[in-house]
Amino acid sequence: MDELVRGLLQAIQLIFSADPALYEIIFLSLRVTGFALLISALIGIPTGATLGLSRIRARGFITALLYTGMGLPPVVVGLFVYLMLSRSGPFGVLGWLFTPSAMIVAQIIIAFPLVAGLTMAAVQGVDPALRVQVRSLGATRAQELWAVLREARLGVVAAIVAAFGGIISEVGAVMLVGGNIEGKTRVLTTAIVLNTRTGEFSLALALGIILLLLAFAANVALLRLQGKN
Amino acid sequence: MWRCCGCKARTRKQKGKVGTLIYRIKRLQQEYERRVVLDVEELEIGAGEMFALVGPSGAGKSTLLRLLNFLEAPTRGQIVYQDQVVNGNLPIETRRQVTTVFQRPVLLRASVRANVAYGLALRGQRANGRVDEMLARVGLAALADAPARRLSGGEMQRVALARALVIEPRVLLLDEPTANLDPYNVGLIEEIVREQNRTRGTAIVLVTHNVFQARRLAQRIGLMLNGRIVEVGDARQFFDAPKDPRTKAFVQGEMVY
Repeated sequence: MDELVRGLLQAIQLIFSADPALYEIIFLSLRVTGFALLISALIGIPTGATLGLSRIRARGFITALLYTGMGLPPVVVGLFVYLMLSRSGPFGVLGWLFTPSAMIVAQIIIAFPLVAGLTMAAVQGVDPALRVQVRSLGATRAQELWAVLREARLGVVAAIVAAFGGIISEVGAVMLVGGNIEGKTRVLTTAIVLNTRTGEFSLALALGIILLLLAFAANVALLRLQGKN
Repeated sequence: MWRCCGCKARTRKQKGKVGTLIYRIKRLQQEYERRVVLDVEELEIGAGEMFALVGPSGAGKSTLLRLLNFLEAPTRGQIVYQDQVVNGNLPIETRRQVTTVFQRPVLLRASVRANVAYGLALRGQRANGRVDEMLARVGLAALADAPARRLSGGEMQRVALARALVIEPRVLLLDEPTANLDPYNVGLIEEIVREQNRTRGTAIVLVTHNVFQARRLAQRIGLMLNGRIVEVGDARQFFDAPKDPRTKAFVQGEMVY
């Protein structure tokens, strides 16, 4: 109990302390997750929409793959990305291992199936008659797709929220491919792990509270998007 | 066979009345999963006329409307729209001259005003008061900012009609537009449609199973049964002197189907 109270107090202290090391960690967390989320959304939303609207035969198989991908253990993704980016791996020449780029790649792999899978489900929930109606009103193919996405926007935003929650709080992959290097690849989750291991419980707790606050703020922002008409 | 010949002869006789044609259909067939649902030997629709197609549900009326709106490609045969053969690469400008109001209005999750403005937005046009004018015409000015999906069935259908009319189509296709609506809304919608046809010369193809509605609105009426057009005639002739016994049975409400 003592630990908890001390952690809370320290968290408040830390937030207002303007400690540059802390802000660096927060900033990196947001940068890595933000980039990964942006790219996942840019690929995942069109992919999900296309899958949701098309009547291709392989859709059942692709859906199963995507839904499996939604439950990928981050640590397995980390291992895979590690092997790909390690010096002897196929993408070793990039020199990305133990850099934020590697962490972004890993988080994209985690977030993409979430965005695509949930977008697909949302698009499938839109009244099929809507497409015929907007085409009849003179929509081009692209405008038709856009109309369906707009109708499915509650679900699309939910997909982004789910993906964001999945990767901002993820530790296994960023730890493996980033290496938790101070001032370089240390993010909130890896810092929490480190501080817990070294017995700095109140600091770990403080970081955890900051992580929760960030996630809360980001979700509020995303939900405002959903509410807009 | 006599039916086809008779049908052709009648159509030819009517050409003078129809004036410029907007649609010419020849040997049109539509198949779904190898089942022929539409088989129209010949049909012509004039620019600016109000043509009604009656018949029981499942006769192929809605299929024909989808083809007239270029929403599907015909399995066989030809539709000529204003001297253009309808195929997959119809220019978007041509496609945008025709629109449909369906039996069940599908409105966007947005305000009434945004729904009515939708067709203009698709064309990159500004509303410039046209939307509000149209809302007043369908009696929905007071509900302009209401969420469209909260309206009653009749109000929703009037939104759909306003949304179709505001883009000033050359052809307005109506697919059972007032089925399941109350008499007040039916009257309102019919009056707007009639006015659109008379004062703006919009060609209207009305599909209905309600012969009374066809009689109230249309100048020319066709009966459709099992995917085929049985008879086409002037409204008066169609009701008072039908040439086909099936037409007689249908207009008198005696047809069993």
